[in-house]
Amino acid sequence: MHEVVRLAEFFDSELILLHVGEKTEEKQKKVSSIVAATAAPSRVSEYHWIPGDPYTTLLDSTESLSIDLLVLGAVQHESLFRFYVGSVARKLTRSVKCSVLLLIKPAVERVACKHVVVSGFKTSTLPNTLFQAFYSAQCLGANKATIVEEIANKSVKVSIDDDRSLIRSLRKKRVLEAEEDRRVAELIAQLPTALTDSISIQKQAIFGKRGYSIGHYAEVTRADLLVMDAPVKTSLLSRVITRDIEFILSDLPSDLLICRAK
Amino acid sequence: MTRNQFISSLPKNLFAGFVVSLIALPLGLSLAVASGMPATAGIVSAVVGGVVVALLGGSYVTISGPGYSLVVVLLTAVTTLGGGDLFLGYTHTLAAITIAGVLITLLGVLRMGKLAEFFPASAIEGMLAAIGLSLLVKQFPIMLGLEAGDGNPLIKLFKLPFVVTEFVQSAPESASTLAAGLLGIVSLVILLFNSSIRNRYYQQIPSPMWVILLAVGYSYYCQLRGVESPIRPDLFIRLPDSVESMIYHPSFDLINSWGLWSVAITIAVIGSVESLLSIKAVDNLDPQRRRSNANKDLRALGVATAISGFLGGLNVVTVISRSSVNVTQQANNRSSNFFHGVFLLLFILFFSKLLNRVPLSALAAILVYTGYKLAHPLKLVAAAKVGKEQLLILIATSLITLSSNIITGIFLGTLITLLSHFVITRRPLLFLLHLFQPNVLAFKEKDTDSYYVSVKYFCSFLNLFKLKSKLDAIGATKTVVIDFSLCEFVDHSAMQTVENYIASFEKKGGTVSTIGLDLHGASSSHPFAVRNLATENTLGSIEKLFSRRQENLSKMSKEYGWEYCAKNQPIDPSLYQFLFFETKPIVQVYNTLVDPVSNGVVQDIVFNEGEFIARESARVTALTIKLESSIPSFVLDKEGLLDRLNAIAGLGDLTVEGHNYFNRKFHLSGSQPDKIRSLFNKELIFLIESSPIYLIESSGSELLILKKDRLLSPTEVKALVYFGRELIETLACNSISSNREISN
Repeated sequence: MHEVVRLAEFFDSELILLHVGEKTEEKQKKVSSIVAATAAPSRVSEYHWIPGDPYTTLLDSTESLSIDLLVLGAVQHESLFRFYVGSVARKLTRSVKCSVLLLIKPAVERVACKHVVVSGFKTSTLPNTLFQAFYSAQCLGANKATIVEEIANKSVKVSIDDDRSLIRSLRKKRVLEAEEDRRVAELIAQLPTALTDSISIQKQAIFGKRGYSIGHYAEVTRADLLVMDAPVKTSLLSRVITRDIEFILSDLPSDLLICRAK
Repeated sequence: MTRNQFISSLPKNLFAGFVVSLIALPLGLSLAVASGMPATAGIVSAVVGGVVVALLGGSYVTISGPGYSLVVVLLTAVTTLGGGDLFLGYTHTLAAITIAGVLITLLGVLRMGKLAEFFPASAIEGMLAAIGLSLLVKQFPIMLGLEAGDGNPLIKLFKLPFVVTEFVQSAPESASTLAAGLLGIVSLVILLFNSSIRNRYYQQIPSPMWVILLAVGYSYYCQLRGVESPIRPDLFIRLPDSVESMIYHPSFDLINSWGLWSVAITIAVIGSVESLLSIKAVDNLDPQRRRSNANKDLRALGVATAISGFLGGLNVVTVISRSSVNVTQQANNRSSNFFHGVFLLLFILFFSKLLNRVPLSALAAILVYTGYKLAHPLKLVAAAKVGKEQLLILIATSLITLSSNIITGIFLGTLITLLSHFVITRRPLLFLLHLFQPNVLAFKEKDTDSYYVSVKYFCSFLNLFKLKSKLDAIGATKTVVIDFSLCEFVDHSAMQTVENYIASFEKKGGTVSTIGLDLHGASSSHPFAVRNLATENTLGSIEKLFSRRQENLSKMSKEYGWEYCAKNQPIDPSLYQFLFFETKPIVQVYNTLVDPVSNGVVQDIVFNEGEFIARESARVTALTIKLESSIPSFVLDKEGLLDRLNAIAGLGDLTVEGHNYFNRKFHLSGSQPDKIRSLFNKELIFLIESSPIYLIESSGSELLILKKDRLLSPTEVKALVYFGRELIETLACNSISSNREISN
């Protein structure tokens, strides 16, 4: 709660609290006492008490209340059972229509957000994602952003058998890396300078499995926030054969912001 | 290689091919006889293998020919597939070899060159030991001039002493047994003590050839004295007189039976694994450090096996011992393999009469020696040193292989290894959950030319190929740091593979170093021992269980006169003076290195980020230096990470006039701007700009220097200590000059 209210403060936005379950005296007291203890209780503009199944209720309300950002708490590592059945948080992440922020370590005291890792994977919504990423970085006061360009090994198109093919593949990789760097640099140049000025921007090309590499990268660099594009619709099959965003959802390296264009 | 180079290197390769053929001849004959096939079958396979693989292969200095791993399988096939008729069994086995050749070619086409990587190292060792033992027990009676007899090799192993008593009893009665047996024993002695004879001329001829020469010489000695050789005629090898009579063709009558196919599959799998292991090992011997194209070589070996089987030969594999002789004879391309085949063909065409004078007992001695080398007792000792579980895996795999067959043995051995991992970690889920997930991240670090490879979850033979493919894609001339700190379990195969990479990178001018293993518990002090994060507290003293990094650190300290202590140190509260650690509770301090010159202390520090976080702790290698005279406190870092903290403390970003690059690249802040500006003079800025750092912080009386946001490899630690010395010197000069200014 502390974390969420603080976030609302940073983003200068209204906070709607949704409690799935019956409204009782006791619960209401508890909630209001928690809100009162936060840094900016006035940010909370509405309370909703809706009984029902958490998943469907939340899904419906995000649409009916036209919410911009859904904030959810989540456990960092998914267990085997959960991985296939899915926790509410992760199920919602996959299916809601708005952007989602998954928090893995909400804290009472503020832990400064310093390093934001952004996926620079080429999609039609990437400019919007970059905008949102830098906007959040700015709001949260982060001073370092790394844009990770994940390049599939397949795109190198050279299979390494011996020294000669190794040299060819390294050359090809350099070309791809430069291309990706240029593409991302162009997109950043289009962003308002007010957003990018105070943040030191790095670009990091990684050759590896899409979706997985960036999560692992965020973990080793101990990033505070990972920003990703919204995934294309996934099914249970994609959990059996894990891919893309499922890698990150099953093993959250940091807080995760998933951007969906409105 | 240009055409001229190729031609100018031909004589060298011709000679190497000749020397190799001298070994290949006795080995080929004996392997074929041991497989229950005509002696020429081994020569056919070596000739076909040499020529075909030289023309189509993808390796450089390997030699191909008949291998030892399948001798037992082939012998069983010859006796069972013919239903008692040995010749029929032979032609059916040839059919299996031909089919196996097609299967191996398919494996090559499907790029299964990494097939050998899915078997744990100890299980393969166990399988080889079992092959060696069965060769030994089978050939030992033949070496003594007795009947081989059938039966389970395991039972025969225990009956080995009785074979000796049988020889002692029957030798005085039969001159044939006595002569053959003595010849066999002398041959074995020659082979065993070959390496201790330090005569240059003697060493020119490989030891198996000495055995042949001895046998032929004995036969001529008898002839000169005008007596018949006492050895019975059926104890000699018999070579056909003409080429046509050496060639047999397979019969595909049993093509629909499972028996034939199971032999074919065994030959294909075990033959491929043997070849792939040899190719990898020979690549490490190549003085030019070329990387073989394993898939291409596999295709060539498949084609060669099919042709060899069709012409009546054994299966073709890459053979390590002949290849290593090839390398020591300075062969540098595939032509030596070709010449080895051609020489063998010439030998068999022109000297077959001579070779008919060689008794089987001499050939058996060669195989007994080969088997002894494969099942050397020291291998058990070596495995036990790595860890008890490795010894268990090795023994279990060899027992299973001996009592059933090779394929069952290697697969059950793999299963036992997996179970041992479950037991060691007590977390089978760790493996099951992440088995098919990618677990390796590799990227080039910005600003430097080094690569950072991080491994997550676990790293064992199951997913080792992922790490290998990443490392293969980097190129051995680069600097690589492998970080295992997110990896909870690293097995013996992985440690051994990483060690191989360290060696091969060093040879090509690159480096591989591992970090993040220091906290893992190890099952023994061996560098290849299994590492497990879960047992870290149970093993007590970590000095006995040094990781490679710790060993290097300790060596380095001795070399440069630093004091090194691997043990956990009490946490020095003065560390908390630094803003960097202000919000980061320190959990553990270890691997302490003290440099007496600069008074600097290098430590690995484990800390948590923030109090309430359930996140894994982070690790850095830090240098702290106590200063003799105090300087203004400041924070200098490349990424502005501490800006926020400083902002809280009321400190802003400082710029130093006239140093635009420095201002752009580094964030400097502190509470006494003027003093700090005067501290950062040209020399200091030059020093800082020229060596990559992550953070320098001064608390007034002490300095904290971080080079990277992670643990450092030993070479990086060296650079850090050097930087510390330079920094202290520059600061000392600074204070002298500033004092002078004041006095002026």
